[in-house]
Amino acid sequence: MVNGLFDDASLMQQGPVNLSRRRFMLTSAGAFVLGFGLPARQARAQAAQGPKYRGTQVPAFLEIRPDNTVRLQSPFIEGGQGTFTAMAQIVGEELDADPSTFLVENAPAGDEYAVMDSGMRITGGSMSVRNGYPAMRRLGALGREMLLQAGAQHLGVPVSELTTQPGQVVHVASGRTVKYGELAHVAMDLPVPDPASVKLRDPSQFRWIGKSVKRLDIYEKSTGKVDYAIDVRVDGMLHAAVQHAPRLGMTVGSIRNEEQVRQMKGVHSVHRLPGAVAVVAERWWHARRGVEALLVNWVEAEPGVASDIRVMPADFSTEEFRKHLATVSGKEENAETKGDVTRGLKNAHTVVEATYFSQYVNHGQLEPPSALARYNPDGTLDVWLPNQAPDMFRADMARRTGMDAEKITIHSPLLGGFFGRHFLYDHGSPYPQAIALAKATGRPIKLIWTREEEFLRDALRPMAAVRFRAGLDTTGCPVALDVVSATEGATEGLGTKRGKDLDPTALEGLTNKAYDIPDRRIAQLFVRNPATLGYWRSVGNSMNDFLYETFLDELADKGRQDPYELRLHLLRDNRRLTTLLKAVADLSGGWKRGPFTAADGSRRARGIGMASPFGSEAAAIAEVSLENGRVRVHEVWEAIDPGKVVNPAIVEAQVNGAIALGLSQVLLEETVYENGMPRARNYDGYPILALNQMPRVHVKIVESGEKMGGVGEPPLPAIPPAVVNAVSTLTGRRIRSMPLSRHDFAS
Amino acid sequence: MELNINGIQHHVDVEPDTPLLWALRDDLAMTGTKYGCGLAQCGACTVLVDGQAVRSCVTPVEKVAGASITTIEAIEQDDLGKRVVAAWVKHQVPQCGYCQSGQVMAATSLLRQVPHPTDADIDAAMVNLCRCGTYNAIRAAIHDLASGSTDGGA
Ligand code: FES
Ligand code: FES
Repeated sequence: MVNGLFDDASLMQQGPVNLSRRRFMLTSAGAFVLGFGLPARQARAQAAQGPKYRGTQVPAFLEIRPDNTVRLQSPFIEGGQGTFTAMAQIVGEELDADPSTFLVENAPAGDEYAVMDSGMRITGGSMSVRNGYPAMRRLGALGREMLLQAGAQHLGVPVSELTTQPGQVVHVASGRTVKYGELAHVAMDLPVPDPASVKLRDPSQFRWIGKSVKRLDIYEKSTGKVDYAIDVRVDGMLHAAVQHAPRLGMTVGSIRNEEQVRQMKGVHSVHRLPGAVAVVAERWWHARRGVEALLVNWVEAEPGVASDIRVMPADFSTEEFRKHLATVSGKEENAETKGDVTRGLKNAHTVVEATYFSQYVNHGQLEPPSALARYNPDGTLDVWLPNQAPDMFRADMARRTGMDAEKITIHSPLLGGFFGRHFLYDHGSPYPQAIALAKATGRPIKLIWTREEEFLRDALRPMAAVRFRAGLDTTGCPVALDVVSATEGATEGLGTKRGKDLDPTALEGLTNKAYDIPDRRIAQLFVRNPATLGYWRSVGNSMNDFLYETFLDELADKGRQDPYELRLHLLRDNRRLTTLLKAVADLSGGWKRGPFTAADGSRRARGIGMASPFGSEAAAIAEVSLENGRVRVHEVWEAIDPGKVVNPAIVEAQVNGAIALGLSQVLLEETVYENGMPRARNYDGYPILALNQMPRVHVKIVESGEKMGGVGEPPLPAIPPAVVNAVSTLTGRRIRSMPLSRHDFAS
Repeated sequence: MELNINGIQHHVDVEPDTPLLWALRDDLAMTGTKYGCGLAQCGACTVLVDGQAVRSCVTPVEKVAGASITTIEAIEQDDLGKRVVAAWVKHQVPQCGYCQSGQVMAATSLLRQVPHPTDADIDAAMVNLCRCGTYNAIRAAIHDLASGSTDGGA
């Protein structure tokens, strides 16, 4: 697909434009088209001049084609969260172009696309829309300004007499119009105006921002027309499959049947890689069959040798590790303190103590990891791979290959789900192997990990054992709270060394709770994990809000308080959260805890959970019953306040998706290690939520007008505690761990 | 091996026990059908064999030689399939989209057999996994199709 020729004739139709200033870009459909962007280097030089405004290199982002469609290079990747559509809405609003005329792609690596305030470019932390919002609006406005300038030249009138309508420049006095597509070749070669000078549209005049604009990728995704990384093919490529060492850190000793496997049908070659063996073949099925037939003697890691690897011990078991977390003692590092918790506990009328647990979980994105690597005759390297941060991956490839990063091109196809899976996890992605195999064979290599290899090398959401101690006053209200979490955060769990500051992802969701408890301390007891850790949708909040909010219900019960009333009381000075909590109660028809008998005769109860993740606020109520000793969730009501909203329909879809994943975690999911290996290697041993377990979902979006927060992750953390609190109410049993499938409610 | 796929006769040079999924993807470059688990667990690889939803990752080609195979690439050539796609668009079902080829095939198969499925019918038939949690949108789209309000042109 990549070796095709572009059509020279189409190039000539554009008029006499300096060819050196054009870029040739590859569309997702596989054909070359003309771009009007500046060469990347020039764009970078200009970007360096204006660090105050990021993402202002209009020609690097926008291509307006002769047919008036707009091709946008998005700094953020689309993996189902609707980012591409949101980007088209935001840019289109200011550019004055209908989002439905946009074709959005993931931008290549390059500084000019680092639009985040941090100067980085990652898709994660529910950052894309909230962080990209100002930059992408400005970008659209700058583009419009350039089109107006070009229109003035074209029509021979002063720019002050011109305005725009969607997709065209208009000279009102004469009634003349010119389509953007006719002006683009001039406009995109004009100097980019001063970013400070552009005027943004008044939000009251928005036509697309804030509206449920249809998503741009739905038809293609409903008809199998999207090429994910796993679907990409290039001329001359071979397929590869790998078998990893059963435990990270082990290396290949000998292969007992290498010659036999080499003779197997379709097999091209057999390879030894760090901690893995690979088979290359003309077809992936042959590669897989070959690699699974290989009989490898794996050699234990030598102690202390692999300093950059988390060597997995042969006796590691999650069950033992959980006990260790519950009992280990050590340095307690305070992340948040207020008042005097020692005094608060001493003066309390009642003290409540309990230990709560979270489990390891897998990402389980439906697209297994893959990578396609191709060395080109000119010494450059092209790599196609699922990723949430092209620049970081490119830098890593440069480091591994010793190549200049400029010689490496990263292609980032749409993601078949990510949920945090496609960050840079050492030993967690196939691209180093694909690059090594491409080098060894001299052919482009597409490597697909089987689901089984994926379960073996996925980075896990951390485990924690959290020791709570709380003091209640004579009315039963919590007045002191001491929290010590024995855990390791996802960020500090990426490498082999710990940073010097506390990892905020370790405790988020235990920290930053809005409840007015005057004396409190939230601390971490750092415990190194043998397993590789990673980010999982809503990161620390995915477990910590469960731990906190279920303990809060335990306190409510001990203090004979209603959990809804208690939350309202603890939030009495917080208008935003009081509004939100009341909104979710209203949405559910008024707070009703139960147990009660439903219309179908089943006994049911409801529970609440709240969370403040990623700059947004969420509150959820779940209604549950028991069916044959198993928990059934019937309804979930959730109110979410992300401050402002770009696309309500996408927000609602994201809430549905986050609820599904939150439910999956609390009902079913747990990664179990025994003897240093994961027990489950496919979905049969690691069940995830299915359609028949999905409750009805009711969403209320509250736009408080506060600073824009995230949307993809924030609806998740409130779900597990809402469900477990409901189950505790229904069964009269206190539940202090996930998943519920571990608990037997039949007795 | 001769395979009838989307009304066209194809010759594929594979061993008889090769899963249909990999014959489609690697030999015929039809990558709309997805690999998710390879173990009949997820449904991403669902195709229709004589109108029935089948998991192609565990279906050897020798078993379907002579049968009529439909993949997502041709789903809109079928009236019902076209309506299913239209309902998917109307209800904005997909998120990441990776499971959706399989979901559309499974829904088409269900509606062919049960034109007006109940919730229980949908629960029983729509067992394909979706990690993005599009289940409620899938259910709504199927109910909409059953009530006949979505036509092929929607
Ligand atoms: S790939 Fe066939 S069922 Fe998952
Ligand atoms: S839409 Fe992503 S797995 Fe279903």
